[in-house]
Amino acid sequence: MPKDHGIGASSKRREDVRFLSGRGYYTDDSALAGQTYAVMVRSNVAHGRIKSINTANAAKMPGVLAIFTGEDFKDVGGNPAGWLINSRDGTPMREPKRPVLAHGKVRHVGDAYAAVIAETYNQAKDAAQQLADDSEIEELPAIVDMKKAVADASNRVHDEIPDNLCFDWGWIEDNRAAVNAAFEKAPHITTLELVNNRLVPNAMEPRSSIGEYYPGTGDYKLTTTSQNPHLTRLLVGAFVLGIPENKLTVVAPDVGGGFGSKIYHYGEEAVVLAAAKKLARPVRWTAERTESFLSDAHGRDHVTRIELASTKDGEILAIRTETLANVGAYLSNFSTATPTFLHGTLMAGPYKVPHVYVNVKTVFTNTAPVDAYRGAGRPEATFSLERIIDKMCRELNLDPFEVRRKNLIQPDQFPYTTPVGLVYDTGNYQATLDKLIDLADVAGFDKRAAASKAKGKLRGMGLSTWIEACGIAPSNLVGVLGSRVGLYDAATVRVNATGTISVMTGAHSHGQGHETVFAQVVAEKLGIAESQIEIVHGDTSKIPFGMGSYGSRSLAVCGSAMSKAVDKIIAKGKKIAAHMLEASENDIVFADGKFSVAGTDKAKTFGEIAFSAYVPHNYPLETLEPGLEETAFYDPANFTYPAGAYLCEVEVDPETGKVDIASFTCADDFGNVMNPMIVEGQVHGGVGQGIGQALLENTTYDENGQLLTASYMDYAMPRADDVPFYTVDHSCITPCTHNPLGVKGCGEAGAIGSPPAVVNAVIDALHRGGMTHVKHIDMPVSPSRVWQAING
Amino acid sequence: MHNFDFVKPSTIADAVKALSAEGAQALSGGQTLTPTMKQRLAAPATLVSLTGIAEMKGVCMGADGLSIGAATTHATVAKEAAAHYPALAALAGGIGDPAVRNRGTIGGSLANNDPAACYPAGTLGSGATIVTNRRKIAADDYFQGMFTTALEEGEIITGVTFPVPQKAAYVKFNQPASRFALTAVFVAKFADGVRVAVTGASNDGVFRWTEAEKALSANFAASSVAGLTVSPDGMIGDLHGTPAYRANLVKVLTKRAVEAAH
Repeated sequence: MPKDHGIGASSKRREDVRFLSGRGYYTDDSALAGQTYAVMVRSNVAHGRIKSINTANAAKMPGVLAIFTGEDFKDVGGNPAGWLINSRDGTPMREPKRPVLAHGKVRHVGDAYAAVIAETYNQAKDAAQQLADDSEIEELPAIVDMKKAVADASNRVHDEIPDNLCFDWGWIEDNRAAVNAAFEKAPHITTLELVNNRLVPNAMEPRSSIGEYYPGTGDYKLTTTSQNPHLTRLLVGAFVLGIPENKLTVVAPDVGGGFGSKIYHYGEEAVVLAAAKKLARPVRWTAERTESFLSDAHGRDHVTRIELASTKDGEILAIRTETLANVGAYLSNFSTATPTFLHGTLMAGPYKVPHVYVNVKTVFTNTAPVDAYRGAGRPEATFSLERIIDKMCRELNLDPFEVRRKNLIQPDQFPYTTPVGLVYDTGNYQATLDKLIDLADVAGFDKRAAASKAKGKLRGMGLSTWIEACGIAPSNLVGVLGSRVGLYDAATVRVNATGTISVMTGAHSHGQGHETVFAQVVAEKLGIAESQIEIVHGDTSKIPFGMGSYGSRSLAVCGSAMSKAVDKIIAKGKKIAAHMLEASENDIVFADGKFSVAGTDKAKTFGEIAFSAYVPHNYPLETLEPGLEETAFYDPANFTYPAGAYLCEVEVDPETGKVDIASFTCADDFGNVMNPMIVEGQVHGGVGQGIGQALLENTTYDENGQLLTASYMDYAMPRADDVPFYTVDHSCITPCTHNPLGVKGCGEAGAIGSPPAVVNAVIDALHRGGMTHVKHIDMPVSPSRVWQAING
Repeated sequence: MHNFDFVKPSTIADAVKALSAEGAQALSGGQTLTPTMKQRLAAPATLVSLTGIAEMKGVCMGADGLSIGAATTHATVAKEAAAHYPALAALAGGIGDPAVRNRGTIGGSLANNDPAACYPAGTLGSGATIVTNRRKIAADDYFQGMFTTALEEGEIITGVTFPVPQKAAYVKFNQPASRFALTAVFVAKFADGVRVAVTGASNDGVFRWTEAEKALSANFAASSVAGLTVSPDGMIGDLHGTPAYRANLVKVLTKRAVEAAH
């Protein structure tokens, strides 16, 4: 019988009660006495020189309280890049200052160059329009296309960067010659050029920030839509505005989705804090949906040429890639890590590839910044790899299942060191592939294809065997690789006097379900009811210094810290119990919520021990402090390596090019699973986003840098009827070897593994329908693109 | 959104009067106008709601055909026209989403004449008559290009009368983002001939594909369309499809509409 509580139970998500009944509390729900409204004045040209901003007229308009321009912030710090990357020649990356408000030049449509604060939102809007009318911006030619950006040195996003190149990175540079040599003698080489399409994250809740300032104490408070309040405090406080961390509280209350876009610090957060200080009144700002499209950090946007060297029977000998990765106009906080150490390090996939070399040139353009988006680098690596393996199978007339099976790392080869710098601790990739073949009924495909044909449709199936590195990240390793922060996490477990428990976590939940899952883990370990446990997150004045949620890290890193803190609680409880039970500490055992003397019926319940800790009448005060509260920090020893196998079946309408997903099957290894229902939901969401990328979503700038897809009229988000009923399995478990819960993380998996499965299926359908001239279709594989490919 | 005044007259005469004021703008379901106002792209001084006028609402079968009040929502048409004109009811039931269908109206859609809207195809394909506060306008005279109609200043659509064909169908191919018609075709077979109206495809808005009408009037079968070609000249080209792709869809969807007609 399935468990009904604790680890492994599908406990219902307790937070959903408030989310689904409209009682969540989001940043914009705050109503503060004396509040004022900020509206940003944004550039409507992609590239321009700010000649003048005349604030006089706007300042006189009704309700206007203050106006800020780039000039007001020219002496404070820039919003920094969190990761230093060195080019192949050893030179450090180019890091142009990213100002709070654009100064001197505007560099993308939506780049904020001024902010208006007024008594009401409409007054601020009116004055912002006036200010825009009174600003003279000389339009410069826009730099949009990456290939042109690096080819034309005369036109620069940043005047001081001559070739629009941030860095030219080789991974691993020392392996380059050996990789090239392997290609020279390879029996077969497959080549593919592909685009990993640019995506807008589209969190349901737009970004929103409220600044407050308390003149009496000099304290600041920032309420904001963040995935990591401590990181935001560090960035806006220490790096940008110079506010000491002890004078700034950052609160990220309920946050309606992030997908990466709310990891980063944005200029609006600095504006509302500076304005709150100037006015000594709360200042609030909430993005309109159009502003989200224009100014949230976008995702993906790679142009890649990948080559694969193999034997004639499909044994992979070497892989070589050249990628242009768009970072947009400025370096967002993790933008330099995403196309490098979250991408190049995964280019061996789950395969035994002896030689791999990855080259990434990262390019500035007059577009919104690009940064990590669900999967971040790993979807790009997986897409390139899984697409070219499929192409190789077609060129050599080989079975894609057997080719993957032949190349997968064998279960007895772990720990496995890849040629791109990672050590996979554990896995069983054959097991997930076998499970997939069974679950997806691959044997029955021909029958289904015949049924599709009878309806005039072409059916195809596409496979993807994927791996990711997550549980981000071991601080010492990422430090060597250029990270400017540590990536540990922290948790405090506070046992209250009556035995209830408050757990303060550095991880932030913005839809993931931490309040449920973390409580399950603590309940299991302490043998008490989940209902006794409350998870507290998102407020730097309450929680320990943790690094937040992204990179499928919450459970693997913060959950490990929490597990360690609970262990400390149990250890202290044993000391208290030993005193109360007049026994040796070594004889105390803890099980099922009771501390007992081994071999006797003498015992104290967890509640009795907690009470004694806070009412220490019978307590070892001479050797032990009262209270029962422990904090643990946890820094992982390695990344975790979830992996799996996905199969997509599609039906293609050859007359219109429309692709329908007929079925999608996932067999994943996430290590130990704490809550199967939540894991399933995470996979559904991830695959949904992957199908969105594969079939629907695309971010298109025109040659002038205008965003053509700036609303849902033209940016196609997946809807319920675009996705199938998924078949999801996570029963193939190889527990992570280096964290206490044996967990690997599941948040990004679906978005990583699914896009190539979809595209492979479409190409398969066309080939089965005789359209063998179609070698590749770039995402999104939209009806018009499929029709064009068929008829091209 | 800028501030505005709001009036909701209960007679057509009062509505016409209110609309004669400076800066007045008619509001029906508001599915195009209110988003435009929210983006500050329109700033009418006064909105004159047409949804409080009883004589502009409802679905009624009469001697001339099926009459629909201009302020009737898509949801009501989907429900109440089903017994009389199933193809038109299905068209109404496929517009937007439930929220849109319960606010948006047939009159609003026809007055706006969005080149990718559904109702223009059903109206032109049926050879319907647009009734205004001043006159009756044949569909063939009413649609005059993208967002352009025969309506004059101060003229309000009060209803539409649809002759009911022997057989009809509307087949829409969704634009993936907006789910407006990337291209859609309405085919109606009457005793005296077949009408084929296409929306979403042309830079000139909804149009009749007369070659197909002729072929289908001779033989109402999908095969009649097979030999025809559609020129991409004048078709819309955008992010979601080239002119050639839309031209292809015109033919494919016409064939499918003939097959689906009942």
